[in-house]
Amino acid sequence: MATEIKQFEYHDAEAKSAEAQDMVGEKLTLSLGPSHPSTHGVLRVVLELDGEIITRADPDIGYLHRGDEKLAENMNWTQFIPYTDRLDYLAPLANNVAYVCAVEKLMELEVPERAEVIRVICCEMARISAHLLGLGAYTMDCGAMTVFLYTFEEREKLYNLIELLTGARFTTSHTRIGGMARDLPDGFIEGLDEFCTQFLPRVDEVDKLLTRNPIFINRTKDVGTISGEDAIDYGLTGPNLRGSGVDFDLRKKRPYLKYDQYDFDVPLGSVGDSYDRYLVRMEEMRQSVRIIRQAIKRLPDGPVMVDDPKNVLPRKDEVLTKMEELIQHFMVATQGAKVPPGEVYFSAENPKGELGFYINSHGGGVPHRLKIRAPSFCNLSILPKILPGHTVSDVVAILGSLDFVMGECDR
Amino acid sequence: MIESLNDSYVDKFNGKLEVLPVFRGETTWQVKLEVLHDVMAALKADGFNYLVDVSSVDNFGEEPRFDMVYELCNYSSTENLRVKCTVSEDDCNVPTVSDLWSTAEWHEREVYDMMGIQFTNHPDLRRILMWDGYPFFPLRKDFPLEGKETDMPDIAFTRPAPLEGGPFVTSPASAASHAAEPRAKDFEDRG
Repeated sequence: MATEIKQFEYHDAEAKSAEAQDMVGEKLTLSLGPSHPSTHGVLRVVLELDGEIITRADPDIGYLHRGDEKLAENMNWTQFIPYTDRLDYLAPLANNVAYVCAVEKLMELEVPERAEVIRVICCEMARISAHLLGLGAYTMDCGAMTVFLYTFEEREKLYNLIELLTGARFTTSHTRIGGMARDLPDGFIEGLDEFCTQFLPRVDEVDKLLTRNPIFINRTKDVGTISGEDAIDYGLTGPNLRGSGVDFDLRKKRPYLKYDQYDFDVPLGSVGDSYDRYLVRMEEMRQSVRIIRQAIKRLPDGPVMVDDPKNVLPRKDEVLTKMEELIQHFMVATQGAKVPPGEVYFSAENPKGELGFYINSHGGGVPHRLKIRAPSFCNLSILPKILPGHTVSDVVAILGSLDFVMGECDR
Repeated sequence: MIESLNDSYVDKFNGKLEVLPVFRGETTWQVKLEVLHDVMAALKADGFNYLVDVSSVDNFGEEPRFDMVYELCNYSSTENLRVKCTVSEDDCNVPTVSDLWSTAEWHEREVYDMMGIQFTNHPDLRRILMWDGYPFFPLRKDFPLEGKETDMPDIAFTRPAPLEGGPFVTSPASAASHAAEPRAKDFEDRG
């Protein structure tokens, strides 16, 4: 039924329109954040508005700057692992893996196969939990409260598994240079398998709630469109890049942890708008379940730490009973791994995009320079380009669809 | 593909571009500052369409003091290439590459903010992580870990934090073992 629009008559319509004419050209500056629910942390965006239309946007970051790169230069290699938890604090397991892989690349350490498979499981669990939070918060910002409850229930189950695995829910610090801190606990694989089985129907339920929901589509379709060229130009990575249709996933294109031996698909968007980025994340969660299932199947027996007494902690039972191991334990704990001089760059496909570590070592037990290439930092740099022309309410949808974490952006 | 580029670029930028030995499977080019922008523009034309990262290294006590490090990626061949360039402290001016890759704009702002290297022709060279008007460059090696006091008493906590020499801060292993062991540190003269 067509809506009837009534015309009201103003007695002094002419005076009102003259008043409105005067307002044209006067712009309002609105500071969105740093504490605003839709900025997911402490991002501040200074918006210049003409009415409700944005004419200029200037992101202001750095509120969570803790100087991680400076701190890294003042501690040994192992001591930095807990700091990686606090980069992308929604996927600490994946950060742990990326950092130790970078150090191992410099040291030319080959970790045992069991440790590699456990790392893949860790990365994919982190991806699912990060996407669950990203989607829940994104859709809640667009007005769909229910989805948030669904995704947080699933995320809670995943965090219980992570607690079982690492002893902590958020600050996992589970990897070590040369392997993993400990082997899988009893009942973990069964719990993970059960989670995967009941998780896929839950994704389908969220899919039913959102994918053909006209309100959600109106809020996100053709909003914040990023072309493939722009995405590459601004260094976007992860689901934001693939939402724009660029087929680049480090797990496929430059495989690490033997990702080339797993069978999975890389979802791509066709338009590059906020709706496409939502679709890509939904499908990535399903693909992560596929990878986890294959990892469970191929999980070999064996040690989870490389046997290299100069660089990695010996087994605890041996430390308590043998002299040699006790000395090694002391040396490794106080001085850390022996990392040779040189420079490497290693990057991993994290939930938010390409997390890279550029390491410049002069030897001597501490990094000379450790640069963290944070995906959220690059993903946010496109805001001044895509925000102008949208309304203020679109900003909320665009920020939600970019799915950034300020801990990683500001480091 | 990079192997085929090596020779042609060495010929093209005669004497100003050096191919360093391959380390851990990574190719690094050492480039003179005056041809940096030309090399980067040529690389972009040759398919390196993705600027992964821009970072800087402070080799305090050496001359030239700084290194600029660019990490490039070719999306079609998925190869990475690192381009390095030394910058002296007296003439801290590097040509911007933000005209080639827009992502460089924020990366270069961060390098300026943390290391104090200036970028010529940069459209908007402001501080990015620290606040406007902050007087120091915190990633330089001569900036202490504990920080320095600044003149913003009511706005931010600017007193030095007693971090350096703290129980969890390690010295390089080149120090004598009794000095490197964190618990052996003398907490009395922490100040």
